[in-house]
Amino acid sequence: MGRTIFDYIIEERLPFFWCEGCGNGIIIKAIAQAFADLDLDPKKIVIVTGIGCWGKADDYLATNSLHVTHGRALAAATGVKAANPELKVLALMGDGDGITIGGNHFIHAARRNMDITAIISNNFNYGMTGGQYSGTTPEASVTSTSRYGAVETPFDVCRLAQAAGAPYVARATVYHVNLLEKYITTAIAKKGFSVVDVINVCPTYYGRLNRMKSAVEMMEWLKISSTTNLSEGNIAENRFAIGEFVNEDRPDFTEKYREIQRIAREDMTKLEEDLGGR
Amino acid sequence: MHDRIKFLQGNEACVEGALTAGASFYAGYPITPSSEIAELASIRLPAVGGVFIQMEDEIASMAALVGASMAGAKAFTATSGPGFSLMQENIGLAIMTEAPCVIINVQRSGPSTGLATKPAQADVMQARWGTHGDHAIIVLSPASVQECYELMIQAFNFAEEFRTPVIFLSDEIVGHMREKVILRDDIPIVNRKFPKVDPPEYRPYQPGEDGVPPLAYFGSDYIFHASSSMHDETGYPNNVPDNAEKVIKRLYKKIYDHRDEIIITKEYETEDAEIILVSFGASARSAREAVYILRESGYKAGLLQLNTLWPFPDEKVRQLADRAKFMVVPEMNLGQIISEVKRVVEARIPVYGVNKVNGEIITPYEILGKIKEVF
Repeated sequence: MGRTIFDYIIEERLPFFWCEGCGNGIIIKAIAQAFADLDLDPKKIVIVTGIGCWGKADDYLATNSLHVTHGRALAAATGVKAANPELKVLALMGDGDGITIGGNHFIHAARRNMDITAIISNNFNYGMTGGQYSGTTPEASVTSTSRYGAVETPFDVCRLAQAAGAPYVARATVYHVNLLEKYITTAIAKKGFSVVDVINVCPTYYGRLNRMKSAVEMMEWLKISSTTNLSEGNIAENRFAIGEFVNEDRPDFTEKYREIQRIAREDMTKLEEDLGGR
Repeated sequence: MHDRIKFLQGNEACVEGALTAGASFYAGYPITPSSEIAELASIRLPAVGGVFIQMEDEIASMAALVGASMAGAKAFTATSGPGFSLMQENIGLAIMTEAPCVIINVQRSGPSTGLATKPAQADVMQARWGTHGDHAIIVLSPASVQECYELMIQAFNFAEEFRTPVIFLSDEIVGHMREKVILRDDIPIVNRKFPKVDPPEYRPYQPGEDGVPPLAYFGSDYIFHASSSMHDETGYPNNVPDNAEKVIKRLYKKIYDHRDEIIITKEYETEDAEIILVSFGASARSAREAVYILRESGYKAGLLQLNTLWPFPDEKVRQLADRAKFMVVPEMNLGQIISEVKRVVEARIPVYGVNKVNGEIITPYEILGKIKEVF
C-alpha cells in the first residue's frame, strides 16, 4: 500500500501540453488518484489512446501505453485485454475519437462486455483540429464547421453505452471533481465494460465560439447546467445529467471465453482419443 | 511430434501453419473467400488456450492484432479485397509501432465488391503500398496447399524476427483447392527478441545491431510506451526532423538489409532456359505446366516462382534475365509484377505479360499462346 498519484504520473513530462483552462489535467489527476486508491501495479496497467487532445493523455502516465490511430483505441484495447486478461486496460478517448469516428467500436465493446474502462473526455468538439463539431455537439452550438449552429442531434454517451449493454455507466464533469474520482475508481474496479463520460471544457474553441469567454465561465456553465436527476438530462439542450446510469454485475468476455477454452480443449482431447493417437 | 499427412484446403493449411508457428490470437471479420480461415481458427485456437475474436469490422480486427501483439501474442487475421482495404489504416499502425503480426489476404476480384467469389491477383501493389507513408513490408505468396502451411510459419518467423506485419498474399484458387499436405514439424520457429537490459533502461524502439528493437510485452517487468505517432527510441513523441528521418529509414532498412534472408523463390527448369516465366500464386501453377509442355516440344523454358513478392527479388530476376531471350509474366491482373520485372530488366530483353481479369484462372495454353505469338 501507500502508492500515490506520483507513482502513476511522469512528472518530468509536465506541464501538460493542453491549452490553458483545459480540463484534461483534472481527468488525468482523477485517473491517477483512482489507480492509487486501488493500489494498482503500474506494470499491469495499459492505457490505450487514439487521436485528439485527450489522445495525448498516455504521454503523462507512468504505465504501459499504446497510442493508436484515430477512433481505434477500443479495438486495440480489445486485443490487449483478450490476449492478456490479467491486465487492467483503460481506453482514453475524446468525443470525436471515441464516440464519432470510433462509435462502432464503442457500441461493440459494450455489447461484448470487454473488461475495459473507457474514459471519454467530452468537450463537444475536435479541439486538436480547430474546434469542429463532433457526434456529441449539442444542437445549435457554434463550432468551426457549424458556424450557423449545429443541425445534428448529438449522442448521449451514457444512454448509448447503456443501450449497448455496458454494466457500468456514469457521468461527471471536470467541475464535479469528487464525483469524477469516485466514478473513475468504481469504473476501473468494475469487471466488464465501464464508461465514464466526463463533460469537459474547451475554452479555446467550444467556449470561445459559444459566448463563454474563459475557463472559469465554462466551469460556471458546467455547474449550472448539471443535474443529479438523471431523467432531467438532455445533452442536445446542454443539460447534463450526472451520476451513475448503470451499475450491474455481469460476466465479462474473458470469463465467458475461458469456458469456451475449456470446452474446446475437452473436445480436442476427445477427438484425439477417438482417432487413437493417429 | 511427427509429420502429419493431411488432405486440406489452402485456407485450412494456413491455420495449421499459424498454429505450428505458435499463433495464439486471431481477430477478424468474415469475408469470402477467406472465411474458412476464421472458422477453423475459432475451433482450434481456444483448444490451445488461444483466443479467437470476431470483431465489428476489419479496421477493428487489425487494431486488435496490434493490441494483442503488444500483449505478447502471436496474432493473425485473414481477409479479402474490401476487408484488406479497411485494414490498411492499422497495417500502418503495426508498421509504426513495430508490432509483429500476420495478415492473410485471400485475393478476390475487385475493385470494390467486384466478383466476390472469384480469384484475382490484383492486390500486389496494394500489399506493397496500401497504407500511407513511406514504409517497407514483407509480402509472401503461396501457390500450393503445402506452401500455405510452410510459408505461414515463415510469415510468423519474419514478423517476429523483424518486428513487422507480414502480408500473406494468397488467392481464391490456392485458398479453396484441396491437396495433400505434410504438416512438417522440422521448421524452426522464431520468437521475438526479449529485452535483456534492466527494466528502467529499456527503450522499446532502440534497435539492436540488426536494426530491430527487442520487444517486451504488456504485463512484463518492462513498462513501455508504443506509439503510432512519430517517436524516438523511448517511444514518446519526437517531431525533430532528424529523428523522423532516422526512424523512417530504419523501418525501411530493417527489412531491406535482410533481403537475402527474406526473399524466397523457386526455380523450375531454369538452368539453361532462354524463355523465363516469372509468376506467383495460382498463376505459377499454370506457368509451371506451360514450362513442361514447352520442354516436351524442345523449347528451353523455365519458371521463376516468387514466394516473396516484397521486397521484390531484383537480383534473382536480373540473373535470369542475363541468360534469357525474353521473359513472360502471367498474372491475374493488368500488369503489376511485370512492372517490377521490367524495372529490373531495364529493357535489355523483352518482357511480355499474360493478363486475365475476368475472374478465371490463366490456363497453361493461354501462356503458350502468348509465347507462340512473340517467339
